[in-house]
Amino acid sequence: MEALERFATHYNYVVTVFLMLSGLFIVIARGNLVKKLIGLGLFQTSVYLLYLTPAKILGGTPPIYDHHFKVYSNPLPHVLMLTAIVVGVATLALGLALVVRISEAYGTIEEDEIFEKDGQE
Amino acid sequence: MIAMLESVGPHLPILIVIIPLLGSLLVAFTRSGNLAWLIASLSVLPLPVAAVLMTMSVLRTGQPLVYEMGNWPAPYGIVYKVDALSGFVLCVVAAIAAVIMPFARKSVATEIPSHQQSWFYALYLLCLCGLLGIVITGDAFNAFVFLEISSLSSYALIALGRHRRALLAAYQYLIMGTIGATLYVIGVGLLYLTTGSLNFDDLAVRLAEADKTYHASLMAALGFMVVGICLKIALFPLHVWLPNAYAYAPSFATTFLAGTATKVALYLLIRVLFSVFGVAMVYDRLPISDVLVVLSVAAMFIASVSAIFENNAKRMLAYSSLAQIGYITLGIGLANIHGLTGALVHIANHAVIKTALFLALGAVVYRIGSAHYSDMAGLGRRMPLTMGAVVIAGLGLMGTPGTAGFISKWYLALGAIDAGLWSVVFLIVASSLLSVIYVGRLTEVIFFREPSPRAMAARDPPLSMLVPLYVLAAATIYLGFDTRATAEIAATAAGFLVGGLTR
Repeated sequence: MEALERFATHYNYVVTVFLMLSGLFIVIARGNLVKKLIGLGLFQTSVYLLYLTPAKILGGTPPIYDHHFKVYSNPLPHVLMLTAIVVGVATLALGLALVVRISEAYGTIEEDEIFEKDGQE
Repeated sequence: MIAMLESVGPHLPILIVIIPLLGSLLVAFTRSGNLAWLIASLSVLPLPVAAVLMTMSVLRTGQPLVYEMGNWPAPYGIVYKVDALSGFVLCVVAAIAAVIMPFARKSVATEIPSHQQSWFYALYLLCLCGLLGIVITGDAFNAFVFLEISSLSSYALIALGRHRRALLAAYQYLIMGTIGATLYVIGVGLLYLTTGSLNFDDLAVRLAEADKTYHASLMAALGFMVVGICLKIALFPLHVWLPNAYAYAPSFATTFLAGTATKVALYLLIRVLFSVFGVAMVYDRLPISDVLVVLSVAAMFIASVSAIFENNAKRMLAYSSLAQIGYITLGIGLANIHGLTGALVHIANHAVIKTALFLALGAVVYRIGSAHYSDMAGLGRRMPLTMGAVVIAGLGLMGTPGTAGFISKWYLALGAIDAGLWSVVFLIVASSLLSVIYVGRLTEVIFFREPSPRAMAARDPPLSMLVPLYVLAAATIYLGFDTRATAEIAATAAGFLVGGLTR
């Protein structure tokens, strides 16, 4: 019962860790360069949840001072993750651009086939 | 003039980051490689002056320089902070970046297609901006942003190499580097959740209180941050991205990254372990010291052996870099004043020595278009000035007395003795002998073999390449005798770092 309660109260963290691990697993286990980038994106995205989960308060508003509202969410993690999202987009774009160039140069985006082609030289 | 200096003086901490950033924007708008090189040089040259001025002022007053962004004081706003440690690393990075600039023009002109040259310089300046930013910032998340600025631009720099393997090397570095940076940011997130602060100094104060309630989270944060940074450092066994990235990147990019990028990551590791967590907290709870020492020794030996059997000079030097990184992390792992002094001195000395060696290889690639041993055979007679510098820097790499490399190994050995690890002293000497073999093999190839067909046509590179090479070769010798600039500042910084532990 206690375990179930912990799960229910830490639901977001469970999802975060699951996303984190599955993202990392895809990066390591898949040989397809695009799939690796998808895994990497998942891994980075899970971090957004890690930061935002404790920052968002249910019913909380943005911290704009007004006597109608008493509960505010913490804005700092939101701002930090905005930056992290930009970084993630840039990384994904650069990664995909590299995959396009690799596909042009090697004619494949499967890791083992690429190593095979380089080995033949 | 003096009035102008006085008005600029307080803003040096931000200028050192802003100048390369704006420079890269300007460069991105140019279309001619020469013009791009000129603007890049003009924006890089003031940086070492600024770094030295700031470091001197810190050492004179004994107080860190603190620059508050938008006048927001420390825990609330982002501050840039220069103390003995960051000033020292700033000087190393800015000086290396400035010294290699004359070399860039001809090397980049031959290796990079003309329509990409201005982009190349823009990426170089962005990367430099990110590296300087990591060192100067006093904010953990800001450091992550700068880390990504420098990393993203270095992935693109590596991908500009001529061989198609450069693309794959850049891709692998992108995957590993992003995982490393994400692990770091997870650690920062956990720290923020438990302490509510991102400022390095403020974190250090609040950790003691948070440790009572959130001990497990803090240890997890420490683990995430250390592993993430070690991926960037390329500490064995997280090093697989480095040899290919260095071997296939354009010569100028390799030279720059080898001298600066890993050094800045090492700085971040020292900052996190010593300034934020403090050694007492780090080394008593988690066996980080033991892990670092064991991995460092493994790096020193395994990478050195790989370097001995390598036939591509650029890859050989990349493996040797991994071994030298092992020396630096060894000093960090020893965590006493001598060990840490050795680590810091080696950050500077290895930057000088390895940059000199990669510059020489850049000159070789400029002349014969290859850095394979089979093509470099007999180059000693055709490019005597370049190869003379290789020998000087090679002696430094081995740690011969009278060169810079000896000073750092001396302090490391002292640190190991202080820590009571006599076997490590022996291992430092033994791994230096391995470096004698790989440097010796390079020397044998370039001096004692019949010249290859490519080497027959070669001659010494133009003066713009020789001057930076000899400046660094001279520094290798000079820093072996006059240790005021390196060991004394490093000892001051190490004293602060280790002294801060007993608070």
